[in-house]
Amino acid sequence: MSTTTTTQAAAAQAVAPEAGAAPVLELAAVTKTYRVKQGMFSAAKPLHALGGVSLRIHRKDVLGLVGESGCGKSTLAKILLGLEAPTSGQVLIDGREVTARERTVLARRIQPIFQDPYSSLNPRKCIEDIIALPLVVHKIGDSASRAKSVARMLDLVGLPQRVLRGYPNQLSGGQRQRVAIARALVMNPEIVICDEPTSALDVSVQSQILNLLGDLREELGLTYLFISHNLAVVEHLATRVAVMYLGRIVEEAPAAELFAGPRHPYTKALLDSVLTPDPNLSVPDTHLGATYPNPIDPPSGCHFHPRCASALEICKTAPPPHVRSAQGHVDCHLHAAPAH
Amino acid sequence: MSEPVLRVENLTIDIPMSQGTLHAVRGIDFELKRGETLCIVGESGSGKSLTSLAIMGLLSKKMRCNAARLDFSGIDLRKQSPRAMRALRGDRMAMIFQEPMTSLNPAYTIGDQLMEALQLHRPVGRAEARARAIELLGKVGITAAESRLSQYPHQLSGGLRQRVMIAMALMCEPELIIADEPTTALDVTIQAQILRLLADLQREMNMAMILVTHDLGVVARIADKVVVMYAGEVVEKGSVREIFETPRHPYTRGLLRCIPVPGKTKPGEHLGSIPGIVPSLIGEVEGCAFRSRCDVAEAACASNVPARRTGGDHMYRCIHEVQPGAPS
Repeated sequence: MSTTTTTQAAAAQAVAPEAGAAPVLELAAVTKTYRVKQGMFSAAKPLHALGGVSLRIHRKDVLGLVGESGCGKSTLAKILLGLEAPTSGQVLIDGREVTARERTVLARRIQPIFQDPYSSLNPRKCIEDIIALPLVVHKIGDSASRAKSVARMLDLVGLPQRVLRGYPNQLSGGQRQRVAIARALVMNPEIVICDEPTSALDVSVQSQILNLLGDLREELGLTYLFISHNLAVVEHLATRVAVMYLGRIVEEAPAAELFAGPRHPYTKALLDSVLTPDPNLSVPDTHLGATYPNPIDPPSGCHFHPRCASALEICKTAPPPHVRSAQGHVDCHLHAAPAH
Repeated sequence: MSEPVLRVENLTIDIPMSQGTLHAVRGIDFELKRGETLCIVGESGSGKSLTSLAIMGLLSKKMRCNAARLDFSGIDLRKQSPRAMRALRGDRMAMIFQEPMTSLNPAYTIGDQLMEALQLHRPVGRAEARARAIELLGKVGITAAESRLSQYPHQLSGGLRQRVMIAMALMCEPELIIADEPTTALDVTIQAQILRLLADLQREMNMAMILVTHDLGVVARIADKVVVMYAGEVVEKGSVREIFETPRHPYTRGLLRCIPVPGKTKPGEHLGSIPGIVPSLIGEVEGCAFRSRCDVAEAACASNVPARRTGGDHMYRCIHEVQPGAPS
């Protein structure tokens, strides 16, 4: 385990600064290990939720983060929001490291939108209080200026002013998600973490929210980390895509490039399982035979090898190399440069 | 032409509420033959889940369910006693629910629950029931089936639990299987596997299947026939090709514009959307329920809405014969 982490960390350091502006947000070899007990008498075992994740998000980018449940997407989001501290590695904003003491700095500049607008809004607070809460917490402005900010936010997300004194249960799912977006934006964040923002919504409402998120990005110059398992949605919105598997980023590339030519076998399988509404096609066979591995006892070598149709002998023993391309990377033996 | 397994005519479901009667399902018809897959599509509150519960006789007692016809393999379901319905359910008709965690009993092993499904309906011993459970777990793609029998639901992943649910529904080889959002709670990769499995088993056992979903991608890939519901009504129904290639109802066409389609919608471009919200179904509902959100609505939409046919079984409910801008 430790050897893999070191190789990944070394690989991450080897990444030369890309041309253009510095990333607004950067994760450098971030790991997160939980200790979990499986039975009453067994010793706690380490669960490597994140095994050395390095990511760069540039201003106005939409980084789509995809992967199956349990791959560490939400742990990553929690670390970015300052809700969890990484076990090792760094979180950098504008190239400056954010330490555990400065979590409020993170919170001011990074705001979340969660999946389920039915459980993420306090049912006992009126909409005005819900949207103003971040300002109150961070002690920004007085009540008059807060009221003004809230009113501006409502216009921004397309809600009528009359909902201010209403409660979440009087709103539809789409309206609630607009409230959640308004609450996230009231702090003027630079980065918004959208964790499955539309998966609890109906199709016709989902498209409204996606359009709104797209417009807001243009208007306010926002940067999104867009976590979703709906690849059609990610393809629609993302500028870059990172694919996660068992706590690792196995492939990262510009969205157009990744969707046109996925390199990692796991990315291919994910793309194959997208069900486009084409009645001439049947349900695809993704060839992902075995089920998702137990993160407490991950497979040796490349974590993906038991499910990989094109696994080689080496995949069972050696961790995959970090293969860089012009604008991204893939961690896979299949793409390793032949040894000289 | 074989006889339909299921015939539903003019099914209505009313829910008495303090503010008045909620007309949740307002006169829907469809039929289904063996070996066919029917998808019921609609958004939350359209009545699609209530329809499937009504067929299974699982509606709450407070709800009033009426139908001109509700026949299952020649049995009039309207006239069956609760006891007779219990005998049918799990035997000749079975259901798979959305959330496999809440529909499996956490206090019993997988094996107990699977065997019970068979022993309840057939005079078989434990050994025989156990053999059948192992056979079906194998069929739904669970490896090491024998050792799984002694496991509890919490020891299985979501995808495995849903496979167990499917195995349980198939224990008695039902003629009709109803799956209500069977893959909504699952990962995309697992979704594809489960849907493929359902489609294969349905073909192999020659069952009739009703799949309730809001995911148009799932519908396109698995359905033979599609029923589109809006506000308790069937607004359009037809073969899967008719619905996806020549949709007639403004709601169906609106839904299809809402979803990003790789290769068709341009990344970053605005998606189509349906403005407004679903109207309240409390009290009398007159005319087309979609008219408040429809971009081609006219004054006439408030009164009579004819059911139109374009030949064959393609039906849609709209005052316009062909929608402006619709493919003809």
